[in-house]
Amino acid sequence: MGLDVRYQLRVNPIACTGHGMCAELLPEIIELDPWGYPILAATPVPRNVMDHAKRAVDACPTLALLMEEVTGKHR
Amino acid sequence: MTAVALTSYRAPEMRLPRLLAGVSYYQAAGLAEHEQMYGPIPLPGRAGRPGRSGRQRPERFIDLVDRSGLTGRGGAGFPTGRKMRSVVAGQGRAVVVANGAEGEPASCKDRLLLTRVPHLVLDGITMAAHAVGADEACLVVHGQEVDLMAGLEDAVAEREAAGVDPVRIQVVGIPGRYVSSEQSSIVQYLNGGPGKPTFSPPRPHERGVKGRPTLVNNVETLAHLALIARFGDGWFRSIGLPSAPGSTLVTVGGAVARPGVYEIEMGTPIGQVVMLAGGPSERLQALLVGGYFGGWLPAEVAWPVPMTHAALKSVGGAMGAGMVIALPVTSCALAETARVVSYLAEETAAQCGPCMFGLPALADALIDLAWQGGRGRVIDQIATLIPLIEKRGACRHPDGATQLVRSALTAFAADARWHDQQGPCYGVRRAPLLPIPGDEEREWGWT
Amino acid sequence: MSISLNGPGLWYATRATGLVTLLLLTASVLLGVLTAGRFASDRWPRFLTVGLHRNLSLVVMVFLVLHVGTTVVDTYTSIPVTAAFIPFTASYKTGWLALGAVACDLMIALVVTSLVRNRLGHRTWRRIHWTAYACWPVALAHGLGAGTDRGTIWVFGITAICVCIVAAAATWRFVTGARAGAR
Repeated sequence: MGLDVRYQLRVNPIACTGHGMCAELLPEIIELDPWGYPILAATPVPRNVMDHAKRAVDACPTLALLMEEVTGKHR
Repeated sequence: MTAVALTSYRAPEMRLPRLLAGVSYYQAAGLAEHEQMYGPIPLPGRAGRPGRSGRQRPERFIDLVDRSGLTGRGGAGFPTGRKMRSVVAGQGRAVVVANGAEGEPASCKDRLLLTRVPHLVLDGITMAAHAVGADEACLVVHGQEVDLMAGLEDAVAEREAAGVDPVRIQVVGIPGRYVSSEQSSIVQYLNGGPGKPTFSPPRPHERGVKGRPTLVNNVETLAHLALIARFGDGWFRSIGLPSAPGSTLVTVGGAVARPGVYEIEMGTPIGQVVMLAGGPSERLQALLVGGYFGGWLPAEVAWPVPMTHAALKSVGGAMGAGMVIALPVTSCALAETARVVSYLAEETAAQCGPCMFGLPALADALIDLAWQGGRGRVIDQIATLIPLIEKRGACRHPDGATQLVRSALTAFAADARWHDQQGPCYGVRRAPLLPIPGDEEREWGWT
Repeated sequence: MSISLNGPGLWYATRATGLVTLLLLTASVLLGVLTAGRFASDRWPRFLTVGLHRNLSLVVMVFLVLHVGTTVVDTYTSIPVTAAFIPFTASYKTGWLALGAVACDLMIALVVTSLVRNRLGHRTWRRIHWTAYACWPVALAHGLGAGTDRGTIWVFGITAICVCIVAAAATWRFVTGARAGAR
């Protein structure tokens, strides 16, 4: 059951102040825009970078990067 | 304004006007006049003690609202019955917030309702509070509208004296900034914070004012609710389209003979709406439908399109809160768009990087395109900027701006290419058409 | 618990661990300031700054435990373990040890709140973290007052370097913070 759960990264744009650590730690799926803010791919986190993703979430100085379960309904 | 002073509204023979039936040119309708026009508010039992019988028991009333097909008139067009159900499903006693803070500079329909038929809106608030079991209700307007607030407070006092509302309606002034009238901004302000949007989850219907499920509705939606409560869902659906029933208020402006607020059946073709407002005063090139969160449509494309959310979306536009602005051929749409986007860029809450930096960059690019151009690269610049801005903020403010710009580049593709290659056209010299609040009106803080 | 340990070994250990704690704390404050000030270069990424800051702070705690432990266990001066947390409960150099207790309490608060940051929420965590600017000078004062090596040149030199580093870092933070605010 746990293997089927996919996670998605989401950024809280109000909390984010553009430190950019997430893009340093997870360049596979996070890019920075010209103003220093993260652009996230809208796809679930690939399993091979899951640990890096968790580390990126932990490193964010403003707790703006969130890891959420992908459920059917969204927002 | 379509103002036909009737002595009473006789459903179902009368198609239109409905909301505007009791509107007088000169003053607000008092409680007595309002009840003479539409009848008393159909709350079961005595005020404060909803009865057990009758078709207005809360759950049955929400069913009624569902069947009527009423959708929000604040711009999003969300089904009202469904919104009420999600509030009822939340944890804790509900709160009702009526949004009368009309942030869109081009729209005056909410103001018309609140200044001329306030009791219709207040009835709607009371019915909504009854439906969701709320024990607190408030009506928010922009704080600088002192006269408006005084008038509303008088109306509430009149009702209190007559014992009409089981729940006391509070009139609250919120900051006058553009994004302060967004629903999460209102909730944050009512909770003691600044009038800026918040990150969701949680949504207001889950946890809003004081952490309780909050129903936020536009005042026009609530006015419709007041009449649905009296005359039923069949009556509401008797005009409009099956997929978009009822009537709606539209604000028509720009190059038309009689700009103002009109009540139309949902699904009325846009061309007919323009004719209702006296028709074009000059030859038209395009129409801006849906306000500054809406979209430009070339006049001949827009003319036959019915005024519904679905139809406008299918042609790449948006209905928004029902505004139609007619742009004459002598104006430059790119210049008008540049001015609007500059305004929107100044009105960000400055909370989210992509909006805070992206919108000014977009505005600068548009100003360049409209008044300078000639170097052939601004359109590409704009095309690069748009995906960096949209959907990257906490609220829909940046999305509205990008939608407007996208629609401008689509509807005026030839003009944009001309500007990019050759420079400004003669239309940029014309006086601005789209309304933008002046500087004095913009010196408001967030609290 | 009555461990009667005596001899200069413990005393040296106390002084040494105290000095190392101060050095590591200085480095941690510097790295914290660099994190907030978004320092980065081609070869020094930002996650390295914040990662080092967090890890060093934990090492500070280790040396703090050793420093407090060796002091309490030493029977030459009878300092109860409570004196490490509650000011003014020691009879030896009461005032200076009180400062040490305050710095220790602040340090514990800073580390614990950082470990449960996710549950605390950013705003609360940030408010408590500002007290780091109080923790460092209090720890320094404790070292100068309670420390028995303050007269030696090398300790004086180390202390002076620490003061310069923190002063420079705080100034840089203040200046760049003001510029960023005006943006």
